[in-house]
Amino acid sequence: MDVVFQNLHFLFAGALETIKLTVIAVSLGIILGLFAGMGRLSTAKSIRLIATCYIDFFRGTPLLVQIFIVYFGFPQLISEAQAFLFTHLGIGQAAASTNIPPFLAAIIALSLNSGAYVGEIFRAGIQSIEKGQREAALSLGMTPRQAMYHVILPQAFRVVVPPLGNEFIAMLKDTSLLIVIGYIELTRQGQILDATYFKPFQIFISVAFLYLIMTFSVSRLVDFTERRLSVHVHHQD
Amino acid sequence: MRSIWKVLLVVMLVGLVGLLVAGCSKKQAAQPQPPQLPQYKVASEIDYPPLEFRDTSGNVTGYDIDLMNAIGKVEGFQPVYQDMNFDGIIAAVEANSVDIGLSAFTITPDRQKMVDFSMPYYRSGLILAVSKNNNGIKSIDDLKGKTIAAQIGTTGYDRAKEVPGATVKPFDHIPEALLDVKSGDAAALINDLPVSAYYVNQSPNDYKLVGDTLDSEYYGIVVAKNKPQILQQINDGLNKLKASGEFATIYKKWYGRDPEPYLPGQPPQ
Repeated sequence: MDVVFQNLHFLFAGALETIKLTVIAVSLGIILGLFAGMGRLSTAKSIRLIATCYIDFFRGTPLLVQIFIVYFGFPQLISEAQAFLFTHLGIGQAAASTNIPPFLAAIIALSLNSGAYVGEIFRAGIQSIEKGQREAALSLGMTPRQAMYHVILPQAFRVVVPPLGNEFIAMLKDTSLLIVIGYIELTRQGQILDATYFKPFQIFISVAFLYLIMTFSVSRLVDFTERRLSVHVHHQD
Repeated sequence: MRSIWKVLLVVMLVGLVGLLVAGCSKKQAAQPQPPQLPQYKVASEIDYPPLEFRDTSGNVTGYDIDLMNAIGKVEGFQPVYQDMNFDGIIAAVEANSVDIGLSAFTITPDRQKMVDFSMPYYRSGLILAVSKNNNGIKSIDDLKGKTIAAQIGTTGYDRAKEVPGATVKPFDHIPEALLDVKSGDAAALINDLPVSAYYVNQSPNDYKLVGDTLDSEYYGIVVAKNKPQILQQINDGLNKLKASGEFATIYKKWYGRDPEPYLPGQPPQ
């Protein structure tokens, strides 16, 4: 285990990177997901179609492939689009390089993916609130919009906390897929150490343990939030 | 609406059955031969042309592969190739998960602490590959403070880390590392000459090699320290292939020139 203790700062640096990616990606994912989830329930057919396509695509394809598309595919697309604009319309290049920085590519891929899952979480959460709640709100003279923001969403929020916790934990682990674009996070730090010291068991068990500490903390945080929210509702009853 | 779904369902079912039938008939076509020879599991990262890669029909091929098959023939064993990420192979050999590691392994003192190496069978060296239109990099000194792409666990990766102020981006495979050089995020790739030369020849409009090789490296075949008999077989096999001239034939087939006269064997000091 000496190898691990001497190099613990590398693993911590990797874990920090993992946390940073997860927090940003899931935060953006929640914003995207709120739009996608509400879009799925929209009365306008076109909005429903767009939201459904988005969710189906990002939930139905592997995150690994999405990362490849964003990091390696988009630059090619951009440069070909620029070439097209230049030859056909005479528009000069907007940017000298079509390269997408790894951090940006990572955040784009992860948050788009997360948004699709969170969208379904929100949709299910909103639909889980009894119809009677909405009907009661409308009969009190609220507009449908007021009913959504003041009656349904606050209740739905309580329902979506546990699945959102799940999504956070899943994303925390999925960030390890970013090694394919050379991103150095926790798993990659482990691989780098292993490639130097050839001690796979000690190194990867420590990596696993660091992931466990992170996911365990998230689970406890979700439990705590859930308890707080349920007490709150209890008082209101 | 409903009939459309029915049609779709039928199409999918037919497709699935078709796949199953195709899968079964393929299995029947390839009758397994009774294995008379002992089989050795050979771990390789089969993404490293021209040493080990898959040809257009998906067969494992390359200089390393030809050489190992020839050694198996003269020493009476059958190599069974197993695709594995490069950085995992030494650990797999050491743990006896596989018998042999064959993946353009440079013989280094660090690796020799963990596993045994056969006699050298190829002289290589590290070289820089940059994007075709990058004229700012002439040597490794120009990479100070820049981003360098490399494959994890390779000597190229170790060399990149010695460049002052440089950020090293580790990749699992060379093709992705090269794409990163092409897209411009990394200024250069540091990797073994024969492989970089192969890729540059494949896409001369995207990449070019810069400068001379940074060092001399020798490839060896990796065997666990507790399997000296396999190491003996490999070294004996290499000697036999050298004596029969087959080693030179295989070398020439892949590199278009004769091998250094001391290969396979220790380079002159």
